[in-house]
Amino acid sequence: MSEDSQILFGLYVPPHPQPLLSPDANPGYANLRAAFDTCRKRIEESDADIILVYSTTWPSVVGHQIQALKESIWTHVDDDFHYLGSMPYNFHIDTDFAYEYCSAAEKRGLHARTVEYEGFPIDTGSVVALSLLNPDNRIPACIVSSNMYANRSETIVLGKAANDALISQGKKAVIVVVSSLSNRMFTEHIDPSEDRIHSSKDNEWNEKILEFFADGRLEDLSQLSREIHGQIRVQKVVAYKPAWWLAASMGQHNNYEGEVLAYEALHGSGGAVIQLTPSSGSFGDKEFDEDDVEYYQGDRNVLNKGND
Amino acid sequence: MSKGEIVLGCLAPHPPHLVYAENPPQNEAFSEGGWETLRWGYAKLARKLKTIDYDAIVIFTPHWQTYIGTHFLGLPEFKSKSVDPVFPNLFRYNYDLKVDVELAEAMHEETAKSGIITKMMRNPDFRVDYGTITSCHLLNPSWDKPIVTISSNRNSHYYSNEVMIEQAKALGEACMRAIEKSGKKVVLVSSHSLSHRHFVTEAPLPEDMSREHIYNHSQYVWDMKIIDMFRNGQMQEVVDIMPEYTEQTIAETEAGGLIWMMAAMGVPSYPAEIYGYQSVIGTGNCIACWDPNNETRELVL
Repeated sequence: MSEDSQILFGLYVPPHPQPLLSPDANPGYANLRAAFDTCRKRIEESDADIILVYSTTWPSVVGHQIQALKESIWTHVDDDFHYLGSMPYNFHIDTDFAYEYCSAAEKRGLHARTVEYEGFPIDTGSVVALSLLNPDNRIPACIVSSNMYANRSETIVLGKAANDALISQGKKAVIVVVSSLSNRMFTEHIDPSEDRIHSSKDNEWNEKILEFFADGRLEDLSQLSREIHGQIRVQKVVAYKPAWWLAASMGQHNNYEGEVLAYEALHGSGGAVIQLTPSSGSFGDKEFDEDDVEYYQGDRNVLNKGND
Repeated sequence: MSKGEIVLGCLAPHPPHLVYAENPPQNEAFSEGGWETLRWGYAKLARKLKTIDYDAIVIFTPHWQTYIGTHFLGLPEFKSKSVDPVFPNLFRYNYDLKVDVELAEAMHEETAKSGIITKMMRNPDFRVDYGTITSCHLLNPSWDKPIVTISSNRNSHYYSNEVMIEQAKALGEACMRAIEKSGKKVVLVSSHSLSHRHFVTEAPLPEDMSREHIYNHSQYVWDMKIIDMFRNGQMQEVVDIMPEYTEQTIAETEAGGLIWMMAAMGVPSYPAEIYGYQSVIGTGNCIACWDPNNETRELVL
């Protein structure tokens, strides 16, 4: 753990429900499930005070939303994979941390708010991650949304604010990003036993990203986010943001031990379970040409410039 | 059995703000009002619906997003609470609704015959999306008609707006065939805004109308252009410019609802009835309907 970070390790996990609901339908799903189980044990053996989740399947519009309901109880059903079954959950949320994170985000210029409503629809990705990584609520959790309009600077600042809040409360954390790698699914129903990555191109890019993760080159991946978005991400949102948030919250460097625990197809998309543990070594030779940002100044109003 | 028919097609935007502003007993949040132009327009259209003989509402919603085909609600009842994930401060609505499963299955079957990937949704724990609930509540607050909800397959994301249009057309035509075979009288609802760029901050009092305006003038001009075409019965032209319009205004038409409804109605060349236009948190929202009956169609606004 670096001196500026309260983060014990970071995890990158897929949002799809198959590892939770149908792990035996395909050896790949079972492999992902086993990787989730390994991570669960590592969290149990860690000294973590909180699990903080950034989920790409929780889109927000009004700023950044942070789950704060102390006991979040519901039965969730996925929009596409409803036939795989229901996902009852009962998550214990660290309300104090949620408030602190919201405050830290606001101090850095972001519009943020906590949500604390009975029946709030926690997203599939968060439900899958917390159900598998923290099934008995041994450690309280918190979840932050992914604003659909936010781009790099906002996401970087949101990641830094997470670390601010952890330092402020002196809490040691495992942080979890919920996201696919390539996210193009098959657009028809498939026999799970025949699941595979949607295309060779997606697979090759996924493999390259996994090389970077395995080498601990998180900041390099953050710098490559825009390219990754253009190459292998279905354009549902403006950018591929999870590497930005993960890198910003963990310190914007390449000093990690990376471990790819599993990489498998999930209805065509790339699903990987990856662990990044802060270390002293460094790797990477990329020139970082994306600017760093500490405080979110809002959108630059380019359209109104030059009209006077 | 007589041939089924579409008796009305409604463009019914679903900002949860409108239900919030109405303060119905089903919604937990309380407001001081707001967005009256749209709410009064909805009230007038709801009164018109009360004068029409129909069996079911079929609604296409952008907030049940599916990537693997088009899905239909497939159980007779759904009762739960819908909390808007984006505006949970405004919309926490306890719903209790009925589904016309027979009609949903007929549409599912006819759609599958067209080569479209489809699925019936039969999980009783499934939570009905807030788009369906908002539009249906405002059109029919008494909830005395069964509904069919159709998910929006996100072809715009996976392919392009052009592909979305082609698939939405095929879906609309298949639904029309199913309606005709069913012998039922059906109201179609396309639930969405027009331009759809939101503000990313919210006023301390969300219903503070001094803070409400369209996100930018470009969106307003595009919306007015589209509404003008609605008025003039130029729906084929609307279909033709839909890719450009959707791209320029980040319009919620990207989900395919309007194209689906127009295709099912044979792309009307008669004028739409316009019931109102107003922005909600920066997005452009128009309430309109297409009444195929020459005798009841009227000039509203």
